Amino acid sequence: MNQINPNGGAPPPAFELSDVTYRYREVTALNHLDLTVNAGRRAALLGANGSGKSTLLRILNGLCFPDEGTVRFCGKPLTEESIQNDGFGFDFRRRVGLVFQNPDVQLFSPTVFDEVAFGPLQLRWPPDQIRRKITETLEMLEITHLKDRSPHHLSTGEKKRVALASILILDPEILLLDEPTAALDPKSASHMIDFLVRAKDSGKTVITTTHDLDIVEDIADECFVFHEGRIAAGGTPAEILSDEALLRTTGLMHSHLHVHKSGQVHAHSHLHRHEH
Amino acid sequence: MGAKHSGKRGFLERTTSSFVDAMEHAFYAERTARVDGLLQRIDPRVKLVGILALVVPAAASHSFAVILGLFAIAVVLAALSHVSFGVLLKRVWIAVLLFTGVIALPAPFVTPGKVVYHLPWLGWSVTAQGLTSAGYLVLRVETAATLCVLLVLTTPWTHVLKALRVLRVPAVLVTILGMTYRYLFLVLQSAHDMFESRRSRMIGELTASERRRVAASSAGVLMSKTFDLSNDVYEAMLSRGYRGEVAILDEFRIGRLDWAMLSAFALVSIAAFWLGR
Repeated sequence: MNQINPNGGAPPPAFELSDVTYRYREVTALNHLDLTVNAGRRAALLGANGSGKSTLLRILNGLCFPDEGTVRFCGKPLTEESIQNDGFGFDFRRRVGLVFQNPDVQLFSPTVFDEVAFGPLQLRWPPDQIRRKITETLEMLEITHLKDRSPHHLSTGEKKRVALASILILDPEILLLDEPTAALDPKSASHMIDFLVRAKDSGKTVITTTHDLDIVEDIADECFVFHEGRIAAGGTPAEILSDEALLRTTGLMHSHLHVHKSGQVHAHSHLHRHEH
Repeated sequence: MGAKHSGKRGFLERTTSSFVDAMEHAFYAERTARVDGLLQRIDPRVKLVGILALVVPAAASHSFAVILGLFAIAVVLAALSHVSFGVLLKRVWIAVLLFTGVIALPAPFVTPGKVVYHLPWLGWSVTAQGLTSAGYLVLRVETAATLCVLLVLTTPWTHVLKALRVLRVPAVLVTILGMTYRYLFLVLQSAHDMFESRRSRMIGELTASERRRVAASSAGVLMSKTFDLSNDVYEAMLSRGYRGEVAILDEFRIGRLDWAMLSAFALVSIAAFWLGR
């Protein structure tokens, strides 16, 4: 992140959450949660389904706001009032991009071209700049051939790449990705992982939710494990992945039947980083 | 489920089949729009204005020959744009003949004028003026419908919508129509999957009351899903900077062929108005 701290010290964290609670009627999605993600870091939010990861991303993107607690974005309060302020809201939307888990939610325009153009048009970019950036972004993600296609004609992998393009065209400093490899075939998933690996050198803050432990070491510098709306643990990917008890308790690891080449069938933990 | 057996296609089969038909119609239109034909090469705005310029004289002309001439032009345009006559026959010409024919049917009997025929048993008179009125109505509608279908079959629907901007249709309306078209397929797919999953778990045909119950519950589930989807889509729009104002990027370019076709449409339209006045 290119923000200069006026006090001359380290820049403020990209996001700082303090005692955040969020409820869907009687269900508590986030429960007195504290979290700090520093600028320029790649963080993975790990947790089983329903652990509150997606809700947290919506809060970080200013789409919903906590019932209790505070959220700060680059040192400034992120509230319903602040996001409606034209200056702050405009700046926030330019600097933070969210790729939704379900690409159909994000691809609401009639064609891929219109979809990728939507964000820049809202931010009032000049038309020539929009056209140039669309060409560059589609080329970067190798989806130029999809330019005039309707989203309902695309495969899930293609939809995910278009959804990513619709955010990357804005060149946000902070990228939020909700389950980027979910429901993707191996080739499409590897495209997405390659992108996240390359993000390491871009200086962007990347916050990814996932329950795919196989990709964590590649896509993150630090991990936060979610369980029942709280952060159960935080650390480097190596530290978290070596804590089998933690992974079992939080539903990220389980035992299942496994067939070996020899034909032998037995049960063991579901962490596929093993060799036979 | 108290299903009864029948050789006929059941309610679920018919419903899923109609979903598939609807999607196939749309896919056919999009395929035709990508073919390298005359109308496909024209700027959508020119095409929209040009087709309208032919539809209006077809509706207003008092000359049979002029309307017939416009219909012939529509047929030639269809041939040069590689639009199948079979499709036009099935989807436009027969359908319009049946629909308009019902409306025009009383005209030969109720319009006063020179009697040309007596119906032997009923004693009703068929008048020349009545036949002419019915003929005008059917031919006008056939011509206008053929031209409009040509526009839709040779232009991606999204471009048709954007081209509406040339007629000063507000950007917000164009965007809403575009989103409706986009999500229609998603909801259609959702409904199709729901009915297929029901079919996969039942044997035989449903009774009338069960059919009503299935239709009502499916509509309810679909509505609830659509409501959730609309909330999520709105959030996705907000997330990318949407603040209540819609902007559209116009990527159309008018070239030589477009100017030539625009001139041709204008000349034919003026001539049709003049000759058919």
